[in-house]
Amino acid sequence: MQAGTAQPAQRIGVPREIFPGEKRVATVPDAVEKLIKLGFQVAVESGAGDAANFSDDAYRAAGAEIVTGAAALWATSDIVFKVRAPSTDEVALMREGGALIGFIWPAQNPELMQQLAARKATVLAIDALPRTLSRAQKMDALTSMAGVSGYRAVIEAANAFGRFFNGQITAAGKVPPAKVFIAGAGVAGLAAIGTAAGLGAIVRANDTRPEVADQVKSLGGEFVKVDYEEEGSGGGGYAKVMSEGFQAAQRAMYAQQAKEVDIIITTALIPGKPAPKLITAEMVRSMKPGSVIVDMAAEQGGNCELTEPGQAVVKHGVTIVGYTDLASRLAKQSSTLYATNLLRLTEELCKAKDGVANVNMEDDAIRGLTVIKEGNITWPAPPLKPAAVPAPKPAAAPVAQKKSGHGHGSSGPLPAKTLAILFAVAALAFWFIGAYAPVAFLGHFTVFVLACFIGYMVVWNVTPALHTPLMSVTNAISSIIAIGALIQIAPPEAGMGGRPDELIRWLAFAGIVLTAVNMFGGFSVTRRMLAMFRK
Amino acid sequence: MSQSLATVAYLGAAILFILSLGGLSNPETSRRGNLFGMVGMALAVLATVFGPRVSPAGIPWIIGALLVGGSVGLYAAKVVKMTQMPELVALMHSLVGLAACLVGFASYVDTSVQLTGAEKLIHEVEIYIGILIGAVTFSGSLVAFGKLNGKIGGKPLLLPGRHWLNLAGLLVVIWFGREFIHAPTVAEGMTPLIVMTVISLLFGIHMVMAIGGADMPVVVSMLNSYSGWAAAATGFMLSNDLLIVTGALVGSSGAILSYIMCSAMNRNFISVIAGGFGSGAPSKSAASGEAAQPQGEVVAVSAVETAELLREAKSVIIVPGYGMAVAQAQHTVYEITKTLRDKGVNVRFGIHPVAGRMPGHMNVLLAEAKVPYDIVMEMDEINDDFPDTDVAMVIGANDIVNPSAMEDPASPIAGMPVLEVWKAKTSIVMKRSMASGYAGVDNPLFYKENNRMLFGDAKKMLDEVLTVLKS
Repeated sequence: MQAGTAQPAQRIGVPREIFPGEKRVATVPDAVEKLIKLGFQVAVESGAGDAANFSDDAYRAAGAEIVTGAAALWATSDIVFKVRAPSTDEVALMREGGALIGFIWPAQNPELMQQLAARKATVLAIDALPRTLSRAQKMDALTSMAGVSGYRAVIEAANAFGRFFNGQITAAGKVPPAKVFIAGAGVAGLAAIGTAAGLGAIVRANDTRPEVADQVKSLGGEFVKVDYEEEGSGGGGYAKVMSEGFQAAQRAMYAQQAKEVDIIITTALIPGKPAPKLITAEMVRSMKPGSVIVDMAAEQGGNCELTEPGQAVVKHGVTIVGYTDLASRLAKQSSTLYATNLLRLTEELCKAKDGVANVNMEDDAIRGLTVIKEGNITWPAPPLKPAAVPAPKPAAAPVAQKKSGHGHGSSGPLPAKTLAILFAVAALAFWFIGAYAPVAFLGHFTVFVLACFIGYMVVWNVTPALHTPLMSVTNAISSIIAIGALIQIAPPEAGMGGRPDELIRWLAFAGIVLTAVNMFGGFSVTRRMLAMFRK
Repeated sequence: MSQSLATVAYLGAAILFILSLGGLSNPETSRRGNLFGMVGMALAVLATVFGPRVSPAGIPWIIGALLVGGSVGLYAAKVVKMTQMPELVALMHSLVGLAACLVGFASYVDTSVQLTGAEKLIHEVEIYIGILIGAVTFSGSLVAFGKLNGKIGGKPLLLPGRHWLNLAGLLVVIWFGREFIHAPTVAEGMTPLIVMTVISLLFGIHMVMAIGGADMPVVVSMLNSYSGWAAAATGFMLSNDLLIVTGALVGSSGAILSYIMCSAMNRNFISVIAGGFGSGAPSKSAASGEAAQPQGEVVAVSAVETAELLREAKSVIIVPGYGMAVAQAQHTVYEITKTLRDKGVNVRFGIHPVAGRMPGHMNVLLAEAKVPYDIVMEMDEINDDFPDTDVAMVIGANDIVNPSAMEDPASPIAGMPVLEVWKAKTSIVMKRSMASGYAGVDNPLFYKENNRMLFGDAKKMLDEVLTVLKS
């Protein structure tokens, strides 16, 4: 992956995942096509997509070369796409100075990091992505995998649960809806809430971060609060470890929920720490027989004391599902999402679309992802520069006020001071006119001012949809000026006092023609327009 | 017909006009409102023709003039396309302005009216002001017509020291006004009057030339207002209450529309009425330099992908802009709406108050395409619904969906209320290119994570979308 120099197109290799039970694959035929459009060559190990229902033929049709045997694939690839972190054997196959993209978990796998560094490799750990960068969201494989897992967790729960999720009233009797409690409303939790609510269950959820309450509600869940005041947001959108007092209150709430609900799905994780034990053996015992717990944190030790990672066990009549491969259990979906995440990452790496990946360490997102660069361990990345906090917006408040200023006279009354000034100016103007103007003028003036007010009152209520017809009708009405021309064309006084009749007649005639265009045209076009408005 | 009878008829006409404007407040009563307007106008004209102020000798002339003008007007109303409505309305305003000028001149040369003292002074001031407003309306409307028509470029023309030019013009007009009032004979008063008319014409041109194409809704309704004031001034000049009432009605309604447009764009109403509109323009370019540059990248989609997004959505909000009018795409938009609604998708329209080139422009176009008006929503009604919307489709609009109006205090359009399409799950923006809108501001919406761009002519692209949807 040297930058800059003109190189032949690089070759992306996708090996078969060798981790036991892993069904996912790092790219799918749709993504292969797009990778080729970026200028890359793509090689896929024969059988790599079988477990996720993508045949070799499908890859071949998309333009990929099918390579038999992992050794041949690793040896010929400049960049390798993986799902799981590579095993020691796989690292040994890797080309000196090659590149690897996949889940690495550098914190948990220091030995692997050393081995990869020894191969002079460049490694991009998709799990090390700075997730708070909004630009990076399209590459966020953790989120897409968590979403799939959350969905699958509900399906697993439904599978182990002996009843319907939705309440029904049938000829054979009434079926109550299942009650589902979801602990932790991160991506996985939210996906689980949406899925369970979609199946018709009554869904409750809790999270230590109170700001997610709205998201829970938006997906059809009910947010259960812990009766204790503490802010639970850690850095980077994750939760943090809570105080003892809070934990006691939380335990009480979980104990209460355990007695009431049929299904508990736990998703609580704290980065770099073992999963918090939320569900005690005591709580499991208090649950109704036939209930189900799906512990999505099983890999990190589990949120339930009785979870056995990787297994589904029945304890005290409660099925406790501790599968650690939920995403893999929906291999086609998770592979497709993962392949798209990697495709987006590749686009970022290859902005020139010339088939050569360029690891630009100036780019925050790429910098965060890159854990080893040409044999040098660069993990962990320096913390992100805090995103420029938008200055407190002076505009925001006026906007909110102005919003109502439009139409329907819904704007609030004028401030008293402005009103007083307005009245003072008006009073002065009226006094001036009253003092100097002749009586005849005052009569007209009265009419004028009152008409202005009527116009204001009448027009203020017009719906915005009718603004154009309104303009067109007022335009037609303004041809009332024809009256002025009409009374000039041939008044009884014609010929008196040396009045230039001929000139005035022609001026007035032209005036009438012009206003007649306006009068007839204006009304008829308004009619045409209004005829179109219908329900 | 006696004078009293004519006056009563005028009163009836005035009431009918008020009812007419009132009727326009609601689509149900709007047709009746228009009918009231026509009856009122007929009543006013007949009362005048058969009233004491017109001798029988004038009737053939009047009938001839009405026939000529009326047939031109009816023909124009019949052939005009709905997308050309703004042009037609602007052109008609110019006619009213010109007529006001003509009546003003005719009134001045009419020596049969003999007044003295304060009454003479007021009469002459009325003539002077009437012609002034008429001339500004006339030339301003013609320029607006040219701009809307594309005959004159949409870019604001900003002369150096233009405010000083306007001020100088105003001073000259006032000085000649003094000359005019003190002129002993008609012939001597004619020179200042003509000079003033020329200056007013230039002022009207200058005023509208300085306003950018995107601000046309304000300009059109402002000119509407001016044509009303011109009629009111004529009414004072001729001592005719009906003209005063009607002029004031039209004038204030135009002013209110302008005010509504202005607050929709977060601009100062006073500066618009004074013609100093767009004075913020020079500082605009400076400000856009400071405004944050949007980050991220643009994701383009095809018509097929757009159709799939629409088909899989449960609720869709369509935000039309001037681009839809230009491409004449409203009928295709309706077809798409119908197809989606038949599939059970909740399709609604979100209309920004200044979308298009005339107040309510989009509503008229959608109505022409038979879109039922109860799914066409105003900005305030629909803005809260975007978070629950799957797809927001923006057709040929830019500034009215620009998030920097809310997020970036340094943006030239900061504080302008906008349709918050970025809050929808996905937004699709249909545009011909990445060019910025009339305000010249880059649009961060295009770079948002959940935004997709569909490049191409709106009509052509929507036709493709429709074909996919129907297949």
